[in-house]
Amino acid sequence: MISVRDLTFSYDAKPVLEHLSFSVPEGGLTALLGCNGTGKTTLFRCMLGIQPHYSGEIDLDGRELRQYSASQLASKIAYIPQNHYPAFNYSVLDMVLMGTTQQLRAFASPGPKQIRLAEEAMARLGISALSYRDYMRLSGGEKQLVLIARALAQQAPILLMDEPTASLDFGNQLRVMDQVRQLSHSGYTVVMSTHNPQHALSYCDRVLALKSGRVQADGTPEDVIDEALMEALYGVSVQFEDTSCGRIIMAASGHK
Amino acid sequence: MVTKKKKGALCLIILAVLLFVVVVVSFCLGRYPVPLRDLGRILGFSAGLPIEKTWTNAMESAVLRIRLPRILLACLVGCCLSTAGAAYQGVFQNPMASPDLLGASNGAAFGAALAILLGASSGMITVSAFFFSMLTVLLVTIVAARAPGKKIVNLILAGVMVSSLFSAGTSYIKLVADPNNQLPAITYWLMGSLSGSTLKSLRFAFIPMALGLIPLLFIRWRLNLLTLGDEEARTMGVHASRLRLVVVLCSTLVTAASVSVSGMIGWVGLVVPHLCRKMVGNDYRRLLPCSMLLGASFMLVVDDVSRNLLAVEIPIGILTAFIGAPFFLYLITRKETML
Repeated sequence: MISVRDLTFSYDAKPVLEHLSFSVPEGGLTALLGCNGTGKTTLFRCMLGIQPHYSGEIDLDGRELRQYSASQLASKIAYIPQNHYPAFNYSVLDMVLMGTTQQLRAFASPGPKQIRLAEEAMARLGISALSYRDYMRLSGGEKQLVLIARALAQQAPILLMDEPTASLDFGNQLRVMDQVRQLSHSGYTVVMSTHNPQHALSYCDRVLALKSGRVQADGTPEDVIDEALMEALYGVSVQFEDTSCGRIIMAASGHK
Repeated sequence: MVTKKKKGALCLIILAVLLFVVVVVSFCLGRYPVPLRDLGRILGFSAGLPIEKTWTNAMESAVLRIRLPRILLACLVGCCLSTAGAAYQGVFQNPMASPDLLGASNGAAFGAALAILLGASSGMITVSAFFFSMLTVLLVTIVAARAPGKKIVNLILAGVMVSSLFSAGTSYIKLVADPNNQLPAITYWLMGSLSGSTLKSLRFAFIPMALGLIPLLFIRWRLNLLTLGDEEARTMGVHASRLRLVVVLCSTLVTAASVSVSGMIGWVGLVVPHLCRKMVGNDYRRLLPCSMLLGASFMLVVDDVSRNLLAVEIPIGILTAFIGAPFFLYLITRKETML
């Protein structure tokens, strides 16, 4: 449903993405791996229509992405940013309602239908109890769930997540990842960037690894996450342990 | 949500009633007091009702010719400045933004000073102030659009710079103005006053005000998304830079129209939206109507004080600063930074 062909992007003269080609099939959870500054955010910005000055093609459902208007694109792809601190505080319900804006005409405000969508999205993530709370006073994990609910209320089949577990405690990381996995099982196409290869191993169906703006690896986690890839991406040596709960990644013994 | 919505609706009703009361009281107050009963009769009579004339001509003239335009203008100016302030705070994602951020006031001041220097009529002074106010903001947006980098920062910086340019121009005009009559006229204009309100100035200001206020009211839901930042708004289907341009244009229209008929009246556009944020929250669906109503009442009360407190009228710009500056200090010193 998204296929990227020969995507190249540079800021001024400095190339950030070079000749990327890959495709994201319908359904499933894809992890985007890569160290800081390797172009993950830029790739997202290209895929969200925020950064249209790329060369190459991004084909979304048979049409070049740049041909979509902002609201058309928003009906296809929803974006879930990292925890953030907006300038003004809103109630959780209002925050989730903002996701429904692309369904509204320019002069309209959300009506009963949009409120129902927002309530359904919150119920699905188990955060209905938060609806009257202030968004700014929530914990990091709760905020992340609110932002996911907002994306669900947007009713787009594709979700792009920017490090959904960044700066969350251990429990919240698991909770958020569980929800993300459930969403992908129920038919959403999810692409998430992450700095934790273990999450890619445990939760994702597919891994896309970037290095210096190029595709370093593309395939199932079991196939592509190995010692060589970790060395190439992060410059560390690791070892793997197959357990009853799946493959565990840890520092190579020499690194203690 | 239901309770919050109800609370918001209740707030709006209370503010509407408050505005009505303030308007009635403002008609009665003044150097020529008008009893409430006569006020009702005069207004009814002028609306075409068959009422026996029990009032003096002087009373009728005070109500219809002097107070009516002034009260309407005070309400409109307060409403416009508050609305523009609330909208600017959203599009610049900055709680400290006010309607003169992009130079609308300084441009108007330059235009008025220039017109006074050239000996123009009071009508031409208004037109010139309006024209230069729009010109300044236009200049700012053009300069900002050409600069690379962050759009909001560019706009604000360009606003500060172009403002100071026009403000230097105003100073120069004051320097060369005739100190016997032109200089006091310029100085008085800069302090802001509604004492010159006539039906003519009301008619001049009304159209741009309506042209600005109505679209703002219609797009008020989308203003919420702009406060999250351009890119996030874009991913939810809102073309942020286009929307911001529309908001800036509408806000500039209403600000320019206000400033051109009232002179420099600061602080209202900052103080009123913040009071409203306290009352109904940050959701523009409620914040904008609330700012309109409270802004109108606030300006009318301040204007009543300005014309009744002392034997000589106090320029309204001075009074709003007396109220606005302490409020601003409170705003930046209070512990809870969440707005």
